[in-house]
Order: sequence, then structure tokens, then C-alpha cells
Amino acid sequence: MKIRVNGQEVEVQAGMSVAAVVMNLGLAARRSVTGEPRGPVCGMGVCFECRLWVDGEGPLRSCQMPVREGMEVVTDAV
Amino acid sequence: MAAARAARDQGERVLLLDDNPGLGGQIWRGREDLRLEGVELGLGHTLTEWRGEAKRLILACGARELLLPFPGWTMPHVVGAGGLQALVKQGLAIQGKRVVVCGSGPLLLAVAANLRKAGAEVPRVAEQAPWEKLLTFGLGLWRWPSKIFEAVGYATSGYRAGLWPVEAWEGGVTLSDGSKINCDYVACGFGLVANGELARLLGCRMNGGLVAVDDWQRTSVEGVYAVGEMTGIGGVEKAEAEGRAAGARQRVTGNWGAFASALAKTFALREELRALATAETIVCRCEDVRWGRIATMGGKRQARLEARCGMGACQARICGPALEWMCGWGPENVRPPLFPLSVREFLRDRDEAGHPPTGHSL
Repeated sequence: MKIRVNGQEVEVQAGMSVAAVVMNLGLAARRSVTGEPRGPVCGMGVCFECRLWVDGEGPLRSCQMPVREGMEVVTDAV
Repeated sequence: MAAARAARDQGERVLLLDDNPGLGGQIWRGREDLRLEGVELGLGHTLTEWRGEAKRLILACGARELLLPFPGWTMPHVVGAGGLQALVKQGLAIQGKRVVVCGSGPLLLAVAANLRKAGAEVPRVAEQAPWEKLLTFGLGLWRWPSKIFEAVGYATSGYRAGLWPVEAWEGGVTLSDGSKINCDYVACGFGLVANGELARLLGCRMNGGLVAVDDWQRTSVEGVYAVGEMTGIGGVEKAEAEGRAAGARQRVTGNWGAFASALAKTFALREELRALATAETIVCRCEDVRWGRIATMGGKRQARLEARCGMGACQARICGPALEWMCGWGPENVRPPLFPLSVREFLRDRDEAGHPPTGHSL
């Protein structure tokens, strides 16, 4: 299936998490309060470092989110 | 799940709540073939979304990784050990990538084995515990024969004891023996801490970070039971034995409690790990609070009020246990909400019974 990450179309497989997709693209999920790039750490939804915006909503924990057809993902926000 | 089955088999009506989208917590991770008949399921929920009455409550909240701060640990290529394994299961492409696995605990072996199975190169597995302790532990495994087979299955090249990470940098990590290893990811976790927040919120008596229970898994609060990692980090067999006991209202069987004690002794963290962070190292990732800012403070409360340490999204789930290890600062009171909620959750229309529609968590 296809989703869009920061405007770019990406081919993904059902069952993948948005966090894994973003990491595979070499992107940081978010920026910390002082602007550091951050990515997923715990993989289980407790650290909140994987937050990003999906379909205009957020920040949401991308490691808890399976991909859906046509999703719009935006990274690098606080 | 073991508790739910046992209670169901006793004729009790059972509701199982799990905030993950699938059954089985962090071990089974919503595997397709998991079945739990005759039990009501509430999956993907946060507890504050459920209201009702129950005769008894069995807590099986599991554990999370202990992540200790060291220079460079907040860089995106540094991930938990169990965390990286979870992300690979979620579709992280790891074939052909180099991963250094470090920290502490038998989990490192399982992670290294699974990463290699998925096609990653794992040049080093660095366990902070010294060889002598690991040998003693290995010789004692005859008490839990199933674990011997498991250990042999995980036997791994590149495993070194008495070694820990001291600095992560772009493209690699430096270990305590001075070795610098290039890698794509550092999978680093220093053991597990129980997710004791719900038990503490309910007023259960605690033994340090663990929930105090009797041989029937009863906590100090009438009607509340606790099983699995919450009562001692000891793996899936312990969790299932305790779950069955709590569900069936019986005394727990087996010697898995002793296994948990052996693990705790073997993989106890060494003193050097209290001092990995420099003044510049971020301790609270949510609020970017650096160690130098809080090192001379009196405790978590002061660090929180003066520097916002622990006031971020994770509710101190990451920095809390780290600071308990580094400084001996005790845990703070748990206040609701147990887990972060968006304000929207409080504004949702509720049905006549007071239940909100199924929301999505942050």
C-alpha cells in the first residue's frame, strides 16, 4: 500500500508501524524541546519519542500505529 | 492471558483490558494465532476509558526497559534492546545492518539472536555483569531445565561480559574497554523495571519497584492481585504460573520466584553505571533536562519543580527509574491520569453508562 511521509509517496506493507516506516527512511520522528532529532526508543509506547503527525492529528505515538492506505505522515514537529 | 483463562475456567466472568492493539502484551505482541475464548476483551484501551465494577482485579502490567543516560544516548540510532526487537517486528528493515547490543540481562541474548535471524550483523553483545556472575548463574540453571535449552539456543558469538557503552556518536558507539564500533544501531537496555504505576495508584504495598504479594498473588489491597513482571522480573514462565494461580485462586506453583531472584542477583547493575552521564548528558528526554542541571538537587520533586525533569509526556517512566538508579531518589506519588490523555478525551460524549466511545490514545 502507499502512504505519504512529508509529502513523499512511500510503498509500505500492511502490518508495519509508522515508526518503522519513518526509521527505514532515515528520518527523525520528532524534534525535542531544544531541537534535537529524536526517534523511537522503547518500541512499546511508553517513551513518547516516536511522536509525529498523522492525517493532521497529533502528536501521536507512531510505534503504536499500523500503517493505513493513504496516510499522511509529518515528522520533525515538536 | 493465563489469569483470564484460569478465572474463566473457574466460572468467573472475565474482562481482559490491554492497551496494546492485540493480545499478549510485549511477549506475544498480538500474534494472529492467539485465542482467548469466553473472555471479554478490551484492546487498545487506556484504563481511564473504562468504568465498571469488578469482584477482583488481576494486574499483569508487565515491564519496560531500564534506559540509562550516557553521552549520545538520545541520538536516533540509539534504541532500546527490546525496543529495537519490537521495531524490527513492526517492519524496521534490519537485514545487512550492523547492530551493537549492550546493557544487561538475558534479553540481550534473545535480541542478538533475533536480530541475526532477521539478517543483521551483530559484531558485539556487551553485558555489563562480570563473567564470574554469569558463570554462577549458568551453573545454577539446572533448577530450571527449560531455561538451559533456551540459553543454548541463544549462544552467541561476540558476547563479552564486564563491558558497557560509554558514548554513542554518529555511526557508532564506544564501549568501556575503549573499543569504538561502527554500527547502524545501538540496541541498549539495562534490564527491566516493572510497570508498577497502576498498583501504586491503587495503594498496593510495594517492595522497592515491585508489588508485594503473598503466595496467592494477593496484594495488600483487598481484591487486587498482581502477577508476572510486576512481582519480580522473571520471564514468561513465572508470569504464566502466577497468572494461573491468581485466576484459579490457588497458591502459585513452581520455583520461578527463585529464578527471578537469581536474575536480579546476576544482572545487578555495577557501580560504574551510576556515573555514565556527564553534565551535558540529557537525563529527562521529554524536557531536555541535562544531568548537570539536577545533579546537586535533593530529589525528584526538586528536579521536577525547578527544572521540569519528569514533567514531560512519558510521565517520568524513562527518567524516573534512571534517576532512582543513579541517585537513589525514591519514586513519587502516582496521580491520575495513569497515562497521558488528550484533553479531547475528557470532552467526548459519553453513553448512559458513562462510557466514552473508543478513543485513540496519544
